Amino acid sequence: MTAFLLLIRHDLRLALRQGSDAALVLGFFVLAVVLFPLGVGPDFELLTRIAPGVLWVMALLAALLSLDRLFQQDYDDGSLEALALAPLPLELLVLAKCCAHWLTTGLPLVLIAPLLAAALHLDSAGYLPLVGAMALGTPTLSLIGAVGAALALGARRAGVLLSLLVLPLYIPVLIFGVAAVDQAVAGLAIRPHLLMLGAFLAAALPLAPWGAAAALRPALE
Amino acid sequence: MRFPPLSRTSVTSSPPRFSAHDLACQRGDRLIFRGVEFALAAGGALILRGPNGSGKSSLLRVLAGLTPSLRGALRWDGGDIAEDWPAHRARLHFIGHLDPLKAVLTVAEMLAFWSGLRGGSPQAAAKALDRFHLAELADLPCRFLSAGQRRRLSLARLTASPASLWLLDEPTVGLDEASTSDLFAVIGEHRTAGGLVIAATHVTLALEGAQSLPMDAFAPGRTA
Repeated sequence: MTAFLLLIRHDLRLALRQGSDAALVLGFFVLAVVLFPLGVGPDFELLTRIAPGVLWVMALLAALLSLDRLFQQDYDDGSLEALALAPLPLELLVLAKCCAHWLTTGLPLVLIAPLLAAALHLDSAGYLPLVGAMALGTPTLSLIGAVGAALALGARRAGVLLSLLVLPLYIPVLIFGVAAVDQAVAGLAIRPHLLMLGAFLAAALPLAPWGAAAALRPALE
Repeated sequence: MRFPPLSRTSVTSSPPRFSAHDLACQRGDRLIFRGVEFALAAGGALILRGPNGSGKSSLLRVLAGLTPSLRGALRWDGGDIAEDWPAHRARLHFIGHLDPLKAVLTVAEMLAFWSGLRGGSPQAAAKALDRFHLAELADLPCRFLSAGQRRRLSLARLTASPASLWLLDEPTVGLDEASTSDLFAVIGEHRTAGGLVIAATHVTLALEGAQSLPMDAFAPGRTA
């Protein structure tokens, strides 16, 4: 357990010192979302209607953008090898990395989403559901992303491969995440959608580290 | 009907601590070595010799459990290691080609991390810094280290947390003479305390009473 926490702290410290990585992801999210009002024009009704979808798709892409740093750096400098030989099981190592990854990319996205929702004229009834749905959905993005990042490790053009692997798996989160906000705006119950997002997270929490660890082992041979 | 096992002393006076039996390794389609055997008693040292590509690094990776062996077995105190890899990982230090250092972390932070991960105390990490003459660099970010200093920091992991089996891949690369003799001294202390060392190297490592394992003898296509 101490090794688990130590690893999270190590990754957080690294992310903090090389702050540009996390800032880049956040910057991409903000800029990409802000492009929509500029591109679509000041049609408030249209913006309100597409706001949940735009926010979620851009969050997906921003999360995708940050996945390559999950294992690639550690793989290149030999740290991953040394980590794999630590007494900590590889599955827990992946889970620790996912936790740190979410804290440095997913959480900032969740926190800044309401601000961007304002830029997109999201109906005020949708704010809280948006934050709730993203808080439940973004950890799943980190976890699923870890499997893709582990599979793509060492491959040529890993970035492209990674998006092809991971984006299809992100679709369920996207559907229920957007639906939760849409329903809230329409005055309908959002509970079932949040429960589905919670179920995805509950399934990904044990399965993704297990799958990613299985993908890492051959890469370390 | 099971017979009680023969007492060990009746078989051999000093049972091997760590032994390998008929190891073979394949990378891609190529068989790198086969039939590797050795036995080390407590305090033993084994030097892997051979030209580039003869499988020294591959053997070390097999011994660390990173690469699975095609066949054969590894034994620790007579027990099959394949039955408990986590216990084996916990008792070994593997120093590979790469120095797993992060440019933005300081020397002290880096060593404290690797040490803490393997259950080493902060005191042990501080002592290891001293032992490898890195104490004055403790607050320097790793990106400012020279190649030799990076290597020394990598090697400092050996003493920053306890492990009885040291697997060293070309440990002296980049080290100056003084650091090399420091390394030998550290290895000597480790062996006196009953630790094991297995090192792959091109240079002559002056390790007293070390066994030597010529890797080209295990190349496929030669009849052993």
